[in-house]
Amino acid sequence: MTRRALPVLVSLALGGCDGIQSMTGGDGFHAEKFNGLFTLFMVVTGISYVLVLAFLAAAVLRRRRAEADERRAGDDRGLGMALLGWIGFILVGLTILTIGSYFVDRSAAKAAAAPRPLEIIVTANQWWWDVQYVDPTPANTIRTANELHLPVGVPVHISLKSNDVIHSFWVPNVAGKQDMIPGRDIDIVLKPTKAGHYRGQCAEFCGTQHAHMALDVIVEPVAAFNAWRAASLRPAPAPVTALQQAGYTYVMNRECSACHAIGGTPASGQVAPDLTHFASRRSIAAGTFPMTRGHLYAWVADPQGAKPGNNMPYVGLQANELHAVVAYLETLK
Amino acid sequence: MSSRFRAASAAMLLLALAACDREERQARGAPLPEGPPLAAGTDPRAKDYENNAYHVAQGQRLYAWMNCVGCHAHGGGSIGPPLMDSQWRYGGSMEDIVRTILHGRPNGMPSFDQKLTEQQVWQLAAYVRSLSAQPRQDVLPSREDAMSSTEPLTTRSREDVEPSQPERDQGRPK
Repeated sequence: MTRRALPVLVSLALGGCDGIQSMTGGDGFHAEKFNGLFTLFMVVTGISYVLVLAFLAAAVLRRRRAEADERRAGDDRGLGMALLGWIGFILVGLTILTIGSYFVDRSAAKAAAAPRPLEIIVTANQWWWDVQYVDPTPANTIRTANELHLPVGVPVHISLKSNDVIHSFWVPNVAGKQDMIPGRDIDIVLKPTKAGHYRGQCAEFCGTQHAHMALDVIVEPVAAFNAWRAASLRPAPAPVTALQQAGYTYVMNRECSACHAIGGTPASGQVAPDLTHFASRRSIAAGTFPMTRGHLYAWVADPQGAKPGNNMPYVGLQANELHAVVAYLETLK
Repeated sequence: MSSRFRAASAAMLLLALAACDREERQARGAPLPEGPPLAAGTDPRAKDYENNAYHVAQGQRLYAWMNCVGCHAHGGGSIGPPLMDSQWRYGGSMEDIVRTILHGRPNGMPSFDQKLTEQQVWQLAAYVRSLSAQPRQDVLPSREDAMSSTEPLTTRSREDVEPSQPERDQGRPK
C-alpha cells in the first residue's frame, strides 16, 4: 500500500514544478534571481542538515564503542576540533547567505528603479481582475480583464489595487506574490524574460470563488505586444447578421450594459469586466472556462450555476435571446 | 461514566452543533420567475430578502455600483431624498421600495426595470431598508468605508510629508 502510494505522492508534489504556473519556471527577472537564491539556501542548509545528522551518528557510535570497550570511555580526542569546525561552518554559511540575499535584494531594487516604459493598473475584484494600460493620452488607455499582455524584456510597473477584500497578485513563473489591499496602491515591477503563456492566481483567500480567480498572462515579443495594443484600442466591431443585431440590441438595452462596458457602443457600465474584445481572450470568468462556444452558452445562460456566488446575476434569458447574445459576444474580437 | 452523564453530554453536543446551521444563500433566487411585487405587506419575498445578511450585503454593493450614491448620498440624501430617516414619499415597505426602484418616480428617480434583475431589485430594497435600521440587527452589513469622515492612516502612506515650519515663520515672539 505504502509502496504503491509513494510514487503517486512524489509525482503529485513534483507536478507543481512545471508548466504555466510554476515556482521553478524562472521566466522573469525576479523569478530567476529568487530561484538562484533559493538554490543557494538549499545547498547551505542541506550541507548543515547532513552535518548535523553525521554528528548525531558519530555520537551514537561513540557511545556504543565506549560500552563495548571500557578503555575508550571518556576519550574525547577530536571533539574540540569538530566543534571549532562546526562554528567555522556556521559563520561561513551565514555570511554566504547574508551576502547572497543582499545582492539579490539590490539587483531586484535596481531593476525596480530602472525607467519603466509601461504602466499598468491591476484591480482585483471578487472574483476577477480588472486590467488597465495607462497612457498619458487618455484616449489611448486600454481596459481589459483577466488577461495581462506583457512585452518580453521590458520592465513593467504594475499598480495593484483592490475593490473589495484583500487579494494577492501572483504569477509564479514571472515574480513572487504581492498582496492587494483595499484603499491602498501597492507597486510591483515585473520583467518577463521568456515569451509564453503563464497563469496567475489569487494567492489570498478572498471568498467562495477564490480558486476560480486566475489571470492569463501572455508574454510576447515587443512587436507582437505593440500589435495587440493597437488592436485593443479599436472599438468593438458592429454586428453584421440579423442574429448578431438582435444580440446587440439585447445587450445594450437590458441588464448586461448596466455593469459591462463595450468600447464604441452605449454600454458603459464600470463594475464588471470590459467586453470590448471579449472573444479574443483565452478564458471566461477569470480562467474558470476556456473560451469556447459551449462554455459561453453555459456562462451567459446561468452564471450562478457555472460559478456560484459570483456577481453576474441569473437573468433568465429565453432560448432565442441567449442564442442572439452569444452570437453577438462572439463577434467581439 | 453514568448513562445520565452520557445522555446529557450528547444533548449538549447536539445543542452546540445546532449553532452550525448557516443562513441559506440563494445565488439565483427562488422561486423563479418571480413577478412584480404584491401589495405592501403581503409579498412573501419581503421577509426572505430583508432577513438575509447575504442579500442585504449584495444590496449594499448594488447601491454603490448603480450609483445610488449620486443622488441619495450614503443615505443622507442630496439631490434625491434621504433614505435613512423615517419619511417615505412612496411608502417604506419592501414592496413599495421595489416598485419605486423598478418603475422610477417623478422628479428624477429612474426606472431600473430590465437593468437589474428582479432578485437584484429585492436585494437593493433590503439594503435601502437597512439604512434606517429596520431589519434585524444581526443581518445588517457593516458601515461602508466611504462613510468614515477621516481617511484611515494606512491609506495615506503615499502623501508627501510636509516639512516642519521653523518657529520664527509662525510669527511667535522668540
